[in-house]
Amino acid sequence: MSVAFAWRHGVFVILIACAAIAHGEPVLSITQIAPGDYAHRGHDDIATPDNGGDIANVGFIVGTRCVAVIDTGGTLAEGRALRAAIRAVTPLPVCYVINTHMHPDHIFGNAAFKDDHPQFVGSVALAQAEASRADNYMRALNRELGSAAAGSEIVAPTMTIDGVGTLDLGGRTLTLRTWKTAHTNNDLTVYDEKSGTLWTGDLLFVRCIPVVDGSVTGWLDDIARIRQMNPRHVVPGHGPLDPPWRQSLDAEERYLADLARDVRAAIKKGETIRQAVDGIGIDGKDAWLLADIYHRRNVTAAYAELEWEQ
Amino acid sequence: MKTTWSGTRAVTVATLAAALFAPYAARAAQPDDDPEKVVRWLDFKEGTFKGRAIDPHGDAVIKLDAPARAADAAVVPIAVNAQFPQTPTHYIRKLYLFIDENPEPYAGSFEFTPESGLATIETRVRVEDYTFMRVIAETNDGKLYSAIRFVKASGGCSAPADKDEDAAERTAGQVRIQAEGQAVAGKPELAQLMVRHPNRTGMAMNQVTRNYATAYFIRKVSVTYADKPVMIANVNFSISENPNFRFYFVPGGSGELKAHIEDTKNKQWDGAVAISAQPGGAQTSAMK
Repeated sequence: MSVAFAWRHGVFVILIACAAIAHGEPVLSITQIAPGDYAHRGHDDIATPDNGGDIANVGFIVGTRCVAVIDTGGTLAEGRALRAAIRAVTPLPVCYVINTHMHPDHIFGNAAFKDDHPQFVGSVALAQAEASRADNYMRALNRELGSAAAGSEIVAPTMTIDGVGTLDLGGRTLTLRTWKTAHTNNDLTVYDEKSGTLWTGDLLFVRCIPVVDGSVTGWLDDIARIRQMNPRHVVPGHGPLDPPWRQSLDAEERYLADLARDVRAAIKKGETIRQAVDGIGIDGKDAWLLADIYHRRNVTAAYAELEWEQ
Repeated sequence: MKTTWSGTRAVTVATLAAALFAPYAARAAQPDDDPEKVVRWLDFKEGTFKGRAIDPHGDAVIKLDAPARAADAAVVPIAVNAQFPQTPTHYIRKLYLFIDENPEPYAGSFEFTPESGLATIETRVRVEDYTFMRVIAETNDGKLYSAIRFVKASGGCSAPADKDEDAAERTAGQVRIQAEGQAVAGKPELAQLMVRHPNRTGMAMNQVTRNYATAYFIRKVSVTYADKPVMIANVNFSISENPNFRFYFVPGGSGELKAHIEDTKNKQWDGAVAISAQPGGAQTSAMK
């Protein structure tokens, strides 16, 4: 790299940063996972006024023609900060805003990109899932975040994926894929072939406990297939970016398999949901963050899913 | 209970509009609110009990067991525990379940007889938002007692179960009924009734047609032992998908425990299990 290039590059970044600061506009911190793939690491927490709902990993991929955003964060404000981070990297237009599933921490920043007129992309099941929860999601968002949630709204997909679909960013093709009901019934992954980076959405939780809002058995099936994709880099929905993903996937599988096993045993013994929730713990090997908040929920959901299985 | 579906839909549309256009207008219920000042409850109370006194400290009659914070708002396990056995002279006739902030707050009623043995009921409900949950017990002498809990839960009615709705409707109506453990003649015996049913709230909008799905749920469950009623539930979609009820009955020597179920499309199903009870006075106790 020539001194002149480094100088120009440095000036460019500084100018962008100054422009952002001049507008008083927060810029989301990002890390380059692989050339062209940039991710922001969300807080390992539930949404609070302090973290402003910034709890999911979000990011973007830059082609030669345009940019694809992958999840937009928990509020309009976070979406705007993500947009500012994109502008600090490239002047190319945002042509796709992809949502990996319906959950508030992944979709409520969508509105920040409306003026870019991108295609909003999601699973074929996303629109229905969002619409039926819209009222409740808005209420919960305002309750949890107050004024930090101002202006946040649900922006429904304009383009849907059912199975496998590809998006062309110019010199870079993204493969989008929907899955058997697992974390939710509208999970979608993004694979950037050029860098070998797989954006799993919440099909992979690292360090933070997996949350079952779909199907524990479906999720276990999906994990086996994700492993076969054998990516070079992984951006999970929650937890450290680009982790040793095989170990992370193994840990997640272990938790879900133990959950299914223990819930089946409780049902077989004639235990009620309450008894199962009180009795089923977590194997001590994996210390999951937020287990106190979500483990009981997972036992409840798994019980309801498995009690009719035979 | 008369189900007021069109009324529920109107409420849903109104609250959805409120959420879209004035996201800060709605104020959620809080645990330190005065439960006697909730308008929907006061309307129901006046309409149903017509000024009759309700003893707010009904702990000697019933206890309501519900989680302070629900793990999963679509599946909130609750138990109403009767505090005395049913006798022909003193028994709980009916329990009313009311969830203030649900789209249809009156979740339904459960009726019992002396043959129930114990007027205890366990089930699972949907909870749409932070809410008071109340149970009113009516004893055979016509007195009313209430038990109340505040439950933090959100989204249990608007979130459809993440399963294939069509498949759920196709498998609707499977019935499982069983007694728990060895029944003993003359002693209240715990029974479980499971019904496979989507118990759809109708709050989920179809994104393509912009129509709301119709509510579709189990509305009546009648359970008899030896052809005498032991538990009759008149309920709605506040009961979770795949409704589950645990309740008591008093077995004699032998007899059949039967359940008859009707849903809002007037589909009907039956389930039955033969109960052969040990003679009373045996060492084992059916009370677990």
